[in-house]
Amino acid sequence: MAERSFVKEVEKLRLGAGEDFSGEGILAITKALLQCGVGYVGGYQGAPISHLMDVLADAQDILGELGVHFEASASEATATAMLAASVHYPIRGAVTFKSTVGINVASDALANLSSGGVTGGALIIVGEDYGEGSSIMQERSHAFAMKSQVWLLDPRPNLPSIVGAVEHGFELSEVSNTPVMLLVRIRSCHVHGHFTTADNVRPQMTVAEALDSPRRDTNRIVLPPASFLHEKEKIEKRWPAAVDYIKSNRINEFFGASDADIGIVMQGGMYNAVIRGLQRLGLADTYGETDVPLYVLNAVYPLIDSEVLDFCEGKNAVFIVEEGQPDYIEQAIAAMLHKAGRSTRVEGKGALPMAGEYTGKVMFDGLAAFMRDAAPHRLPVHIRAPNQPDDAELVSDLAKVVPARPPGFCTGCPERPIFAATKLIEEELGQHHIASDIGCHLFSIMPPFELGATTMGYGLGPASASAFNSPDAKRRSISFVGDGGFWHNGLTSSIGNAVFNQNDGVIVIVDNYYSAATGGQDILSSRASNRTKSTKHPIADAVKGMGVEWVRQIDRTYDVNAMRDTLREALTTSQTGPKVIVASSECMLNRQRREKPLLAAAIEQGQEVTKPKFGVDEDICTGDHACMRLSGCPSLSVKSLDDPLRDDPVAHIDETCVGCGNCGEVADAAVLCPSFYRADVIHNPGKWGQFLERTRRRVIKFLQQKRESRRLAFVDR
Amino acid sequence: MKKAIIKKDDPHADTIIKLAVLAVGGQGGGVLSNWIVDVAERNGYLVQSTSVAGVAQRTGATIYYVEMCPDHGRQPVFSLSPAQDDVDILIASEMMEAGRAVLRGFVTADRTVLIASTHRIAAVSEKIAPGDGRAPSQEVLAAAGSSARRLIAFDMDKIALESGSMISSSLFGALAGSGELPFSAESYEETIRASGRGVEASLRAFKRAFEHARDDAPIPGGMPEETAASTNISDVQGPPKLLGQWQTLEARVHAYDPALHDMAARGLRKVVDYQDLAYGVEYLNHLDRAVALEKAGADCRLSIAAAKHLANALCYDDMIRVADLKTRSTRDARVRRDVGLRDGNLLHVTEYFHPRIEEFCGTLPAALGRYIEARPALSGWIDRRINRGRRVRTDGLTGFGMLWLIGGLRRWRRKLLRHQVEQAHMCKWYDLALATAASDYDLAVEVLNCRRLIKGYSDTHVRAQSKFDRVLSGLELLKGRKDAADWMRRLREAALKDEKGTMLDGALQTIASFD
Repeated sequence: MAERSFVKEVEKLRLGAGEDFSGEGILAITKALLQCGVGYVGGYQGAPISHLMDVLADAQDILGELGVHFEASASEATATAMLAASVHYPIRGAVTFKSTVGINVASDALANLSSGGVTGGALIIVGEDYGEGSSIMQERSHAFAMKSQVWLLDPRPNLPSIVGAVEHGFELSEVSNTPVMLLVRIRSCHVHGHFTTADNVRPQMTVAEALDSPRRDTNRIVLPPASFLHEKEKIEKRWPAAVDYIKSNRINEFFGASDADIGIVMQGGMYNAVIRGLQRLGLADTYGETDVPLYVLNAVYPLIDSEVLDFCEGKNAVFIVEEGQPDYIEQAIAAMLHKAGRSTRVEGKGALPMAGEYTGKVMFDGLAAFMRDAAPHRLPVHIRAPNQPDDAELVSDLAKVVPARPPGFCTGCPERPIFAATKLIEEELGQHHIASDIGCHLFSIMPPFELGATTMGYGLGPASASAFNSPDAKRRSISFVGDGGFWHNGLTSSIGNAVFNQNDGVIVIVDNYYSAATGGQDILSSRASNRTKSTKHPIADAVKGMGVEWVRQIDRTYDVNAMRDTLREALTTSQTGPKVIVASSECMLNRQRREKPLLAAAIEQGQEVTKPKFGVDEDICTGDHACMRLSGCPSLSVKSLDDPLRDDPVAHIDETCVGCGNCGEVADAAVLCPSFYRADVIHNPGKWGQFLERTRRRVIKFLQQKRESRRLAFVDR
Repeated sequence: MKKAIIKKDDPHADTIIKLAVLAVGGQGGGVLSNWIVDVAERNGYLVQSTSVAGVAQRTGATIYYVEMCPDHGRQPVFSLSPAQDDVDILIASEMMEAGRAVLRGFVTADRTVLIASTHRIAAVSEKIAPGDGRAPSQEVLAAAGSSARRLIAFDMDKIALESGSMISSSLFGALAGSGELPFSAESYEETIRASGRGVEASLRAFKRAFEHARDDAPIPGGMPEETAASTNISDVQGPPKLLGQWQTLEARVHAYDPALHDMAARGLRKVVDYQDLAYGVEYLNHLDRAVALEKAGADCRLSIAAAKHLANALCYDDMIRVADLKTRSTRDARVRRDVGLRDGNLLHVTEYFHPRIEEFCGTLPAALGRYIEARPALSGWIDRRINRGRRVRTDGLTGFGMLWLIGGLRRWRRKLLRHQVEQAHMCKWYDLALATAASDYDLAVEVLNCRRLIKGYSDTHVRAQSKFDRVLSGLELLKGRKDAADWMRRLREAALKDEKGTMLDGALQTIASFD
């Protein structure tokens, strides 16, 4: 069950011709796919398109009604390989994943797909995870489009443009026999807006129909001599067909005056930011009307030479707004102008920075610099000669005060105790080389744990420790991999590799029942029943099947003692070969989402329900915060006491505590202090429980009174 | 200068209003931005909102961004993310997030209204310092005040909690109350009603925050707790005989300089509560020595420090104290209050103990304890039998009874090993401080203050002792220097910065390099 449910929203996918759709970008993309008669969809979750996968999963009934096959692919490579269905059959297919990491994984399939070419439209919707909010290395998908010759659409970030790009994407793919990538940026995935819908269309051919009448064509298979023909075909047939389609369908847009001596060329995705910059420079109005000529590349690959040259005709300078690096578009345009013997100056990276997100400020400064240089007469006086107050001092003082707030483990996260145990075992056995992986568990690299040296890719944690396998070493490496990464790639690339190469390291598989970091999607080892997917395949079985002999299953990660003892055994046992610990407990975010309403209903119905919460005895806590150095839980924080005798704030657990138990377990395992207590509130207790309670409390009260009547009591007033 | 408020009936008012929300993941920033979109649409505005999903739920700082413009039948070009120097309204759901907004340039002096909740959610880096690692809110508040066109700051979290709601409701109320958007309070309330969940509580929080913001009172609800000075004094109750003796002790406190009264009274209460009235006498006897060394114009700093830290030193954290505190009726009542126990519900309370040989020996008569400690084989044998985590149910008779009995060992405490060790440690430190006072009064005060370093249990306590010793090891090097007290303070502060004392070692090296 995914973190966010779109069950209500997906009803919007049923809208018919001429109706108004109002909602998020991802939902609009899904609607556009259905309007295009898509035959199958798939993909792999990951921000910013996780929710697109969730929408598709929640829309399975609607997809089914239209005869559309949906698959939650095992990886981005799987998803892209699925597009093979469009090679011989006139079926439109679409897959989605985050990029560039997804396209890295997919690149093998992508290269094969684009070599042979497609018959049905093949669309790859990539969520470009670049700039603020990104969780990955900063690279561009653009390079992959160029490498494999896949067309790349980068539409303006508004719903009509994005929906239009989906429609054109399929047609472009079909007329040029080439897969098309549609790039959406982080914020456009979740931008709210409107567009006018069309009727959904059943696929021209369903996958069932294709299965019943199979086709093949040796020329479409990547093997010599066909592979050589493919390359020729790409240049001689597919490229010109794409250029022709993009030009005749006016995929790229022109705005502003046509006769000015300067102009701006931009990726479609940059349009709103450019307009905002121009608005602030006094060169555009609220609605984007401007006198500055704009050439908006909704298709950023291939570039249309004739359009570029026409746009630059008579211009002294053009400004290229191209986010990310290398500056492929700028280089290409400069080369075009040079070859054509034009004197138009190309400006871009220079006034704008070579690397990094083009935020509002960067764009404003870049545009201002270009305009000041190339067309100062167009600028209002205050921009031409800005007179900015200097508040650098205030900001630098504040920078020292305001603490960073990186994302971390959620309240009650079952991964926290795993790393608390790892920290404790390192205190005991010394520091080890720790290889991390992709997933929530990567938060271990931050305070308070600060564990983990590298991350090399999804499911590649243990693989990235494979060099550290030496008979001369006294210590073993520890590597982490999540259940998501394990099924994505880890089983073969990490576990299989460790078995085959007789790696002696310790591998911890963090199993939280979901692909949790991407929003709680189900995977093979999920414990929940899923209507359309096969779940409940134990990781430990897969690991054993792979040939691992030393496997330990921990079913409650919160047992810090057991976790630490198992790590100790794995690090010290004389057995050779990989030592695999499967540490399993349900993601607390998902568990709360699942259990909270159930518990509330049970209490409402009068059933006996126990709700745990942790607390701290303030007068026993000495304020050394050792517990927080093994936790970092958002609900465990510091609190000042109303007591001049005490200098340091004490530990305090707020009302968001879910009673996971980590505080108590850590206090025990690390021998910290006795100030934690767990308070279990029993709702609707049974008769026997009530009787016992009455008896106990009577005795306890008697003892308390006996002692307290003989001493002085200080009561706060 | 751009005007933030747009009259709805003004046909030329097609300026885009830009509003950013800086929140901590899990605070409901998404709910708030949805509400803002809804209320703007209700008022005939075109709106666009964006956020970065995902990270928001995982406790990091997150930005939600909304742009809006009156609907004149044309679609404006909205931007997808906030830009520096281009935000009209900034809502910060926590004090440091307000600081972050200023830092990131989203608060412009002639333009931005900053609506900020003054409460704190400590970041991990603030929590893990062994001392008080929290960032000073006052500095951020001051910077926010001077950076914004208008600052509306009060504790919106408190209002939300007291109303049984989430901070999103009170932030929404503050936005409405600010009057910065040309929308009526009713339309905001309709938005909350239409959202359909926890409506009544949300409206309560909304209204209170609305009134606060409308009246624009200067920081009602006060700043975060750390600035609140305490005057909380307690009443004393008990058998008449004990009360009589208590009054004698109180009279001794009243004989001190008035500047010392408060701290000495608190210290006295603490030690009597910890042990007995005789312990109070001991405490005052010790304190008298510091009082005797007071000098004119020093504001009793030496004896105030002595009153404070002597009390803490005498009330060391042993098993008896823990057991005593955990079995009191006041503690029982507090836990019940904290979990909000309702009639008909039961409460089970589990305590986490992990006794070791050290605690065991400490609770034995001194001679016996020393005997065992001197024999590693024997103490190892015992340790193997007791050294493990124990979960004790203090609502049950066995668990409560056991702790009650341990708490009752209080009357023999003076004869136990731990007491003798603590007394010796205390005396050594106190003598050292007082001996220093004659030559360097300020340095003596700082030596007393070093007692703050002693805290924690087991390994943490051992580490704390080691830091304490290391800090005091600087004393000989510092003696005679004019800035000795200042350096002693710096050493202590360095020791509180990190767990292992790395900063402290650095500071000690600096001192060693002095001529």
